[in-house]
Amino acid sequence: MLAKPRIGVYICHCGTNIAATVDVGAVTEFAATLPGVAVARNYTYMCSEPGQALIKEDARTLGLNRVVVAACSPRMHEPTFRSASQEGGVNPYQFEMANIREQCSWVHHDRHEATEKAQALVYAAVMKAARLEPLEEREAPVTPAALVIGGGVAGIVAALDIADAGFPVYLVEQSDHLGGRVAELNRTFPDLEPVSEWLPALVDRVQRHPNISVYLNSRVAGITGFVGNFEATVEPVGVGLAPALGRPQGSPLQVGAIVIATGYNVFDPRLKPEFGYGLYPQVVTTLELEHRLASGDLAVNGKTPKEVVFIKCVGSRDQQLGRPYCSRVCCMISAKQAQLVRQALPDSRVTVFYMDVRTFGKRGEEFYDEARRVGVRYRRGNVSEIFRRGDRVVVRVEDTLLGRTLEHEADLVVLAVGMDPRPEATDIAALLKLPRSADGFFLEAHPKLRPVDTAVDGVFLAGCCQGPKDIPDTIAQAKAAASSALIPLMRGVVPMEAATAIVDPELCAGCGMCVEICPYGAPALDPLWGVSRVNAVLCKGCGACAVTCPSKAIRLQHFTPDQILAQVEALVGW
Amino acid sequence: MLMDIQQHARELGLGLDLFSCIQCGKCTGGCPVSMTTALNVRSLVYGALIGDIAGPVHREELWDCTCCFTCVERCPKDVRPAEVIIALRSLLVEEGKVPSTIGNALMGIFRQGNPLGYAREDRTAWMDGLEVKPAQEGCETLLFTCCSSAYDIRAQAATKALVRVLKAAGVDFGHLGTEETCCGNEVRRLGEMGLFEMLVEEGKPLLEEVGAAQMVTTSPHCMNTFRHEYKLGMDVLHYTQWLVRLLEQGRLNLTGRVEKVVTYHDPCFLGKQNGIFDEPREVLKAIPGVKFVEMDRIRERSLCCEGGGGRMWFEGTNTEGRLAFQRVQEAADTGAEILAVACPFCMAMLDDAVKVKGLSERLKVMDIAELVAMAL
Ligand SMILES: Cc1cc2nc3c(=O)[nH]c(=O)nc-3n(C[C@H](O)[C@H](O)[C@H](O)COP(=O)(O)OP(=O)(O)OC[C@H]3O[C@@H](n4cnc5c(N)ncnc54)[C@H](O)[C@@H]3O)c2cc1C
Ligand code: SF4
Ligand code: SF4
Ligand code: SF4
Ligand code: SF4
Repeated sequence: MLAKPRIGVYICHCGTNIAATVDVGAVTEFAATLPGVAVARNYTYMCSEPGQALIKEDARTLGLNRVVVAACSPRMHEPTFRSASQEGGVNPYQFEMANIREQCSWVHHDRHEATEKAQALVYAAVMKAARLEPLEEREAPVTPAALVIGGGVAGIVAALDIADAGFPVYLVEQSDHLGGRVAELNRTFPDLEPVSEWLPALVDRVQRHPNISVYLNSRVAGITGFVGNFEATVEPVGVGLAPALGRPQGSPLQVGAIVIATGYNVFDPRLKPEFGYGLYPQVVTTLELEHRLASGDLAVNGKTPKEVVFIKCVGSRDQQLGRPYCSRVCCMISAKQAQLVRQALPDSRVTVFYMDVRTFGKRGEEFYDEARRVGVRYRRGNVSEIFRRGDRVVVRVEDTLLGRTLEHEADLVVLAVGMDPRPEATDIAALLKLPRSADGFFLEAHPKLRPVDTAVDGVFLAGCCQGPKDIPDTIAQAKAAASSALIPLMRGVVPMEAATAIVDPELCAGCGMCVEICPYGAPALDPLWGVSRVNAVLCKGCGACAVTCPSKAIRLQHFTPDQILAQVEALVGW
Repeated sequence: MLMDIQQHARELGLGLDLFSCIQCGKCTGGCPVSMTTALNVRSLVYGALIGDIAGPVHREELWDCTCCFTCVERCPKDVRPAEVIIALRSLLVEEGKVPSTIGNALMGIFRQGNPLGYAREDRTAWMDGLEVKPAQEGCETLLFTCCSSAYDIRAQAATKALVRVLKAAGVDFGHLGTEETCCGNEVRRLGEMGLFEMLVEEGKPLLEEVGAAQMVTTSPHCMNTFRHEYKLGMDVLHYTQWLVRLLEQGRLNLTGRVEKVVTYHDPCFLGKQNGIFDEPREVLKAIPGVKFVEMDRIRERSLCCEGGGGRMWFEGTNTEGRLAFQRVQEAADTGAEILAVACPFCMAMLDDAVKVKGLSERLKVMDIAELVAMAL
């Protein structure tokens, strides 16, 4: 039996954000008349220290057992007010929020109507609050180790940071070496530093690190569990390939957090047949040019090129190919390689054809200036096609600044290919139920606020698997992912969602529909009893199972039918 | 007047959804006539976007567009740049400001159902002595002959050859006879929307009443509009697609030999616009004796012959640098003796170019159907 409700209601002005449109005084007066309400107040900023103090103070002195705050979105400040309530001695799950900003003052103009709507929302929140049950927050222990999938610079840096913090790291790489794409590069922008001067040292540090076990030629075949308690099975890629390093494989790895660092693919320009890639030896990709610059051999058909052309945005910013995004590195790569070609072949003429020049990073614009200074010509126009003329190729393009179409003859054409998601990402996504954005890269939990988190707790993203980026951005993200992964590892425990689903075994028919619908794999049919049981650690409280269950056997705590119906009735009866 | 045009330009931008255009220039860069004429489709899109197309009415180069749709196929932002030209043309059509030869072609279609203005009764003259079944009696396949295939003397030879091939394969096909009317593909591309709508309204029921399972066209142009703009209740194939099937099914047997070096020119309406690149080549390669060679600019990168979009009836603003001249030279350079085509417009443009360029001794332009007929 629930204690008789004693509800405190707090209406926030949000400066003028709410108060300018909603008559907060009228809402407060109205709230005071509602059943169970012991006190109703309004204040300029409820989220401020004094605002929170109001709640704590009232809770203690008036013996409140429910709190309602009418303010902004719960996404913003629910945690703030939950802890304020808790500090005042109210169970944090007996707190309810009415959103009278986003759902009211920000979207309405008429003061009278907005005030009425705010009252309705407060009424509904009070009705729900009266029926809220106290819930208990629990914690689960964490396995103090991490798994890093992918051994490019992103994976390397994430592994090193976690290992340096004192935790064991398992680094799984599918190829026979660490370093990823960067291992194939020659020099890097914006300082033209040779990769050989920094990458081998990083790789060496990984291999010697007492806390890091490297699994080369390996992939992750299965992952089960949840934040703090994952279990991953690693198997060799292909047959007959023994792991070059690391401990014997087979026994599953126990880890508390996972960093995904599986990187990208370069775009295959055969998908743009107008460039004749694969047909003409004169047409190469920027990745191939890295190899040639490294070896110093730039000759085409045995001859030193005199006319060199770069074509940007090949396979990027292209809706026809389903790649609407900018690959973010190819402008800088072109500027880098164009400079290096000018250095290697001082007699050559180098022309970069572009739609836009996006050298936005730190020292990027200066790097672009430098490219022009050393004689690289930039002409605006998206190349339309390439064909053969004698032992040269013709680049057909409009110089849009001149408004003139050219047939520009060239000996070497470099396609600045964009970044594609890796096809293998599909397997990883399936293993962890990780969502991906429309372009195929892994989706971060929030585009601004949670850039390295995923929808799955304890799984973090680093590097180009999340979207195209250069090495500095890759490393910054890897470091962010490592420190996020360290949070559960260092705390040693993870909080568990209290508002979880519960199955009533008396009502459950064992149909298994909840097992199918749950995006987090939380419910499972008990092999002995044939009824469903929800693993409270996995359950996120989304409620999908509760509405799916044909026997109405599932109750989602904090969103029970009588709580929701009371809320609805308040609004409908308004 | 100017206000009018600007208003119209703005509406055009909205109507054609040009707002994704980033002025990259890929359209103009690939436009076959952009180097030889004043036509710049990118800048026309820009004009429409900012609501400022100064006096397009007086721009004769609007009629230079061949409607090859290279610009449409290449645009990275899924804009359909050539549609701007078509829309601007329709403004000119409304005002009657059309080159006289194009006006005559449109009049011919309106009066006689063909752009050449020949009598409707003569549409079947090519059939003489061939006994083609009237489609009205019912048939599995409706054979649709392009106006050129029906009236143009050179193209007629290809049409006759195709009928002989189909008869040899023993397939059931019929023809609409003198009821057959211009498909209107070029009419729409010339911007004569009223006439085009009339052709569709009258043509669609006529074609569908036959009850055929499929239609086979001699020209990629007819195929294009029947497929995409008529929305007919039957499959529409280009004849090379059907020939490949008949060869595969063993219904068409080629016992003769054609000991020739052959190259092939991709029609824009078949290749670039409809992705049919392989079938014509497969047919050619199936002809015993043929040594097939390729030019450099093929498939998606094929050079336009300049016969589409109404250019059959309009010389263009640049009469010197015809692309067909360049094309036949490319064909000759491969060492081919025969330049195979699969479109009556390509036939006309390239055949003429071979003569002008004095290549007749070395190179002969032939329709694929003619080569197949030689191998029967
Ligand atoms: C031609 C070119 C030149 C460039 N030049 C520069 C430059 O000068 N400066 C600069 O800052 N950036 C440059 N870049 C960008 C740079 O390559 C990337 O920023 C960087 O490689 C991103 O690192 P990553 O670790 O995220 O991905 P990757 O380098 O792709 O590494 C991913 C690793 O994960 C492994 N992997 C993938 N899937 C799995 C799986 N399922 N299981 C196990 N392992 C897996 C891969 O084998 C690979 O080793 C260039 C890129 C190109 C194409
Ligand atoms: S970084 Fe530059 S070249 Fe690469 S897709 Fe973006 S704009 Fe194009
Ligand atoms: S509430 Fe959502 S997360 Fe929890 S068991 Fe049901 S479906 Fe799964
Ligand atoms: S190709 Fe497309 S995006 Fe580029 S200028 Fe032409 S219409 Fe605009
Ligand atoms: S349709 Fe062809 S000729 Fe016309 S503008 Fe486009 S590319 Fe040029």
